[in-house]
Amino acid sequence: MFLDLFYGLREAGVPVAIQEWMALVQALEKGLHGSSLLRFYHVARVCLVKSETYYDAFDRVFARVFKGVEGSLDITDEVMEWLRDPRNFPGLTPEQMAQLERLTSDELMRRFLETLAEQNERHDGGGRWVGTGGRSPFGHGGQHPTGIRVGGTSRNRSAMKVAEERHFEDYRTDVSYDVRQMRVALKKLRHLTRAGQASELDLDETIDETCRNAGEIELVFRPPRRNNVRLLLMMDVGGTMDPYFEPVSSLLTALHEEHGLREFKAVYFHNCVYDVVHTSASMSASDELPTGDLLRRLDERWKLLVVGDAAMHPAELMEPYGNIDPRRTSATPGIDWLHQLSDHFLRTAWLNPDEPRLWQHSHTVRLIRRLFPMYHLSVEGVAEAVNALVGARVAKAA
Amino acid sequence: MADSNGFYQFTGTAGYIASEPLVDAVNCALALERPLLIKGEPGTGKTLLASHVAESLGMPMESWHIKSTTKGADGLYVYDTVQRLNDSRFGSGDVSDIRHYIKLGPLGRVFAAGERQVLLIDEVDKADIEFPNDLLRELDEMRFTITETGEEVAAKHRPMVIITSNNEKELPDAFLRRCVFHFIEFPESEMMKQIVDVHHGNLDATLLDQVLIKFYWLREQNELRKKPSTSELIDWIAALLKSGISHEQLEAHIPFMGALLKNEQDTDALRGYDDRGGTLPAKWSDLGPRYNQ
Repeated sequence: MFLDLFYGLREAGVPVAIQEWMALVQALEKGLHGSSLLRFYHVARVCLVKSETYYDAFDRVFARVFKGVEGSLDITDEVMEWLRDPRNFPGLTPEQMAQLERLTSDELMRRFLETLAEQNERHDGGGRWVGTGGRSPFGHGGQHPTGIRVGGTSRNRSAMKVAEERHFEDYRTDVSYDVRQMRVALKKLRHLTRAGQASELDLDETIDETCRNAGEIELVFRPPRRNNVRLLLMMDVGGTMDPYFEPVSSLLTALHEEHGLREFKAVYFHNCVYDVVHTSASMSASDELPTGDLLRRLDERWKLLVVGDAAMHPAELMEPYGNIDPRRTSATPGIDWLHQLSDHFLRTAWLNPDEPRLWQHSHTVRLIRRLFPMYHLSVEGVAEAVNALVGARVAKAA
Repeated sequence: MADSNGFYQFTGTAGYIASEPLVDAVNCALALERPLLIKGEPGTGKTLLASHVAESLGMPMESWHIKSTTKGADGLYVYDTVQRLNDSRFGSGDVSDIRHYIKLGPLGRVFAAGERQVLLIDEVDKADIEFPNDLLRELDEMRFTITETGEEVAAKHRPMVIITSNNEKELPDAFLRRCVFHFIEFPESEMMKQIVDVHHGNLDATLLDQVLIKFYWLREQNELRKKPSTSELIDWIAALLKSGISHEQLEAHIPFMGALLKNEQDTDALRGYDDRGGTLPAKWSDLGPRYNQ
């Protein structure tokens, strides 16, 4: 049953590893769950779940695994027998806890249930438990001298009810990829230079100068290091790109807000870049920005990062008036604009959310790959794209 | 207090109403000697928790407030080179002993203390994304070495570490694995009444009902960018009490909106609601099934 919980959580996508599991076993050993399933629920959640976004999954799994445990804790013959003949379980030391399999066997579960059952029993005046287990894994003795009935008394809300209420449904996120790792990758998007006001004490220089000055202190200051990267993000929005919009833009905006970049600009397009792009993702007429203006305003030192699936009807890319949106026709074909972009900026990269193996099947992706180094929108892909933008210079793809 | 099982047990204090799951979480962290990571909406008492845990357990407390520029090493110790340089120039202080210029940070002081202490690491997500990784070993083994002297600072008593996060950044997995975690849920109306009672005792029950109805209604409004939190509620009640407003007056409108909504767009959004002729709820039953169980 315990293992059901463990594997159930893993199946539900909750990242539970041995370390979390050990914490729970250790907590049970210390008797933290007392003798109520609700407190066991609290303790298990505290130990196993590390983000409120998984609380809902935890509730579901917990409710499934422990369904029927609560309230049906009549002492079975088997358990009675066990109580009469308590086998000697060795004390659970931290070393033994490494033996996960052993500890999470049904035996432990049974003993857990028995401690719960014991509370019921004690209510009726029994006291058999006392004296049998000098070292119960649940640290039972004396902890709850009054005995709290398991489940469904007015004082305690029942664990099952709490779990089934699924309070935390709103906190779920189903974003599948690892935002944190990508942010770590994006942090490398920097080119540190010293510029601006000298406000940082240069210790080595200070000591050198002080010595040269015969011990008279000479403080030397230098400007702090600052990121010198200017990033232009061009993002395909709408249609198939919708699921990627939120995570990517928040990723880069957050990066900028952490003062990671010297300058940051985001513009949006649909399917392909034509003679206007948009400064907001809603792409209304009021926020149009001529692509030509953009190129005039930003010099070649800006890094261009395009995020899009690059898959479209060939006519949208190659032909004049190819824009899929009839309100925004453009005499210049999209491919010409892409050419201009790739020629204008020294460093460019294209992130594609589609699987790389699909790329060769799309004619337009093949064409665009000739202009921009293309990477998969994944942790590794982002790292490679960052390298293409700020890493050691390599010959530009023909 | 230490109970018969030999570990400390937290129960909440007169000034802090802790929910059952939170009490269990704190006790779990105490017993396992692992850091407790607390998340939750702003204003749900994450930071306050530490001082009340300290009070309840009778332990001294040390706080380390994290800023965007905080480095992991700052918490351990700082080597004050400039002071030493200065002393050597002017012949003051004992320059020959480097130890005089090593100042322990909050983490270092807690480790070096002779008794078990509570350490609050506040808003860990404010710092650089790599910051938590820099503290892994220190939090795990509760020891570190001062490179300049080769001395080791090891905790004689593993401190109770409480870490708060506002979820601005994801924390690394390796860091999470070492912590136990609790998310403070926003208090429900019954618990909120207890919390209000701690701050404003003997409040008229009908007035309190009106206050909470308006408060929870506000929190249900999706247009709001920043939902009012407990601390704002407490301030608002203080303002209401000062002005002597009666519960009848509260029924139809929300005075002192500024205490609850801190953002211009939010105030505008609500003013718009008034202008459109929207009515404010006056009874719990107006709020929907969630509040009427």
